[in-house]
Amino acid sequence: MNGPALAERVTPASLFRQSIDWKELAVRGGLLLCASISVLTTIGIVVVLATESFGFFRHVPVHDFLLGTRWAPLLEPRSFGVLPLVSGTMIVVVGSAVVAVPTGLATAIYLSEYASPRFRSIVKPVLEILAGIPTVVYGYFALTTITPALRAIFPATEVFNAASAAIVVGVMILPMVASLCEDALSSVPRAQREAGFALGATRGEVATQIVVPAAASGVVASFVLALSRAIGETMAVTLAAGATPRFSLNLLESIQTMTAYIVQVSLGDTPAHTVEYQTIFAVGALLFLITLGLNVLAHRFLRGIHRIGE
Amino acid sequence: MSLLGHGSEALRARHRRAAFFRLFCAAMTAFGMVVLVVLLTRIWREGHAWVDWQFLSSFPSRKPELAGILSALVGTAWLVVLTALVSVPLGVGSAVYLEEYAPNNRWTRFLEVNLANLAGVPSIIYGILGLAVFVRGFGLGRSLLAGSLTLSLLVLPVIIVASREAIRTVPASFRHAAYALGATRRQAVVHHVLPAAIPGILTGVILALSRAIGETAPLVVVGAFGYVAFVPAGVLDDFTALPIQIYNWTARPQEEFHALAAAGILVLLAVLMLMNATAVWIRQRARRNRPW
Repeated sequence: MNGPALAERVTPASLFRQSIDWKELAVRGGLLLCASISVLTTIGIVVVLATESFGFFRHVPVHDFLLGTRWAPLLEPRSFGVLPLVSGTMIVVVGSAVVAVPTGLATAIYLSEYASPRFRSIVKPVLEILAGIPTVVYGYFALTTITPALRAIFPATEVFNAASAAIVVGVMILPMVASLCEDALSSVPRAQREAGFALGATRGEVATQIVVPAAASGVVASFVLALSRAIGETMAVTLAAGATPRFSLNLLESIQTMTAYIVQVSLGDTPAHTVEYQTIFAVGALLFLITLGLNVLAHRFLRGIHRIGE
Repeated sequence: MSLLGHGSEALRARHRRAAFFRLFCAAMTAFGMVVLVVLLTRIWREGHAWVDWQFLSSFPSRKPELAGILSALVGTAWLVVLTALVSVPLGVGSAVYLEEYAPNNRWTRFLEVNLANLAGVPSIIYGILGLAVFVRGFGLGRSLLAGSLTLSLLVLPVIIVASREAIRTVPASFRHAAYALGATRRQAVVHHVLPAAIPGILTGVILALSRAIGETAPLVVVGAFGYVAFVPAGVLDDFTALPIQIYNWTARPQEEFHALAAAGILVLLAVLMLMNATAVWIRQRARRNRPW
């Protein structure tokens, strides 16, 4: 008795619903379009870098670019060996890792294994502030504070030098290392620590021999992500390290990173479609491939964690 | 006895090592704090005397005592508004799609992986993209619009991630209740999920925009000028922005310009602090008034 009556009442409603299904569909389509923008961004990056680099490599052989040790695209005689930029980038990255990896990991250990909730509630915002300071501010800090300090210790230091850039980039990526490591350490089950304490281990032994190894893949992933960030860091290294492409490992000399080169060309007015203009796309493509590789690597490490978690 | 003595000696050594390790970790934690304090005091000492009305209301100049930050301040304001207009609808739309609509299939997984990778692309690469597509391709030139579109793409992944988190915190019961009353998916999202998620989304958006404000590299590549002695009046005008102006002053060898840079940094940090404080305030208010 109720059944047919309900059905009758439902029928117009479902007809109504049929008619607004188009609206639903439009909304769904619009949202899908929004989500596709990020895919278009990726495609745009790849296409732009690929096509302009292709133009560049028609003038400069790939192996001259990748293996050449002299980078002088703006001066005669021109030379397009990218290794000086790569070595400059690597000096800064390795130097920043020397600063950020031990401090970041130790900070994470302190926060996750020792600190009281009150202390954590002070330190974590400070780290967030450090992470939120714009990179140009770090560049200013490097040039006006770190470099003079270095020159006081090592008088041979040039005004623009790799060491200052490395230190400041290390400070910049420190919060990232610390917070990602802390996430990894905190996700280690409490029972594992307590098992260690039950066997008589000290807090330090539990931290270094149980917690850090258990969180190893997350810790390594945080290092890799931070390094990738350091490679792409631009303004601080441009200000601190200068613009002298040099295939050397001297920390006290001015160098040039890949990113700093792109800035240098952008600040000048190089006409489009010249080889000089195309260099920034070739260097950018190299930068993109390196950071992409590192990010994929980091995510592979992070997937490792999830497998253990299952 | 000697065995016991030996054992306790080893134990004492272990405890010494443990104490030392703890001290080491504490010192490393302090390092970050000390750097922040040094950085802020240095900037304050150098710059605070220069921040006055004249500084805020003047254009850049070759004479440090006449130089000001007006065009950069206005440029940054333009950039933030335009970037928000573009990136917020796109970002929130993407987040709604991924959280509420996306089927669990290969395409969705591809979207996720793509987002994770985009978040790791260096900002200067976005600058190169903006240069090729917006400045040259669309013929926008070195305009505010080209800069804002570039920054929009840059912050889009951040906004999407933050919005998704906010949407995810809305309990499933909200949706179920709406469906039970015959709401369509769109109605459930528009009338129930989004209103509940708005404070979280807003917090994420403000934090993402404050990141955009500090970005220098992509704007340099897109071609923000260092010397702009006028206030941009439309989206196709040339522009400069706070971090660009700071970069220009810092890059000069003269001490006076470094002091100007410090003053500019103080203004930039004040803007960022204001935005962050707003975000925190919204978050806390929302937490108090949360309907679940």
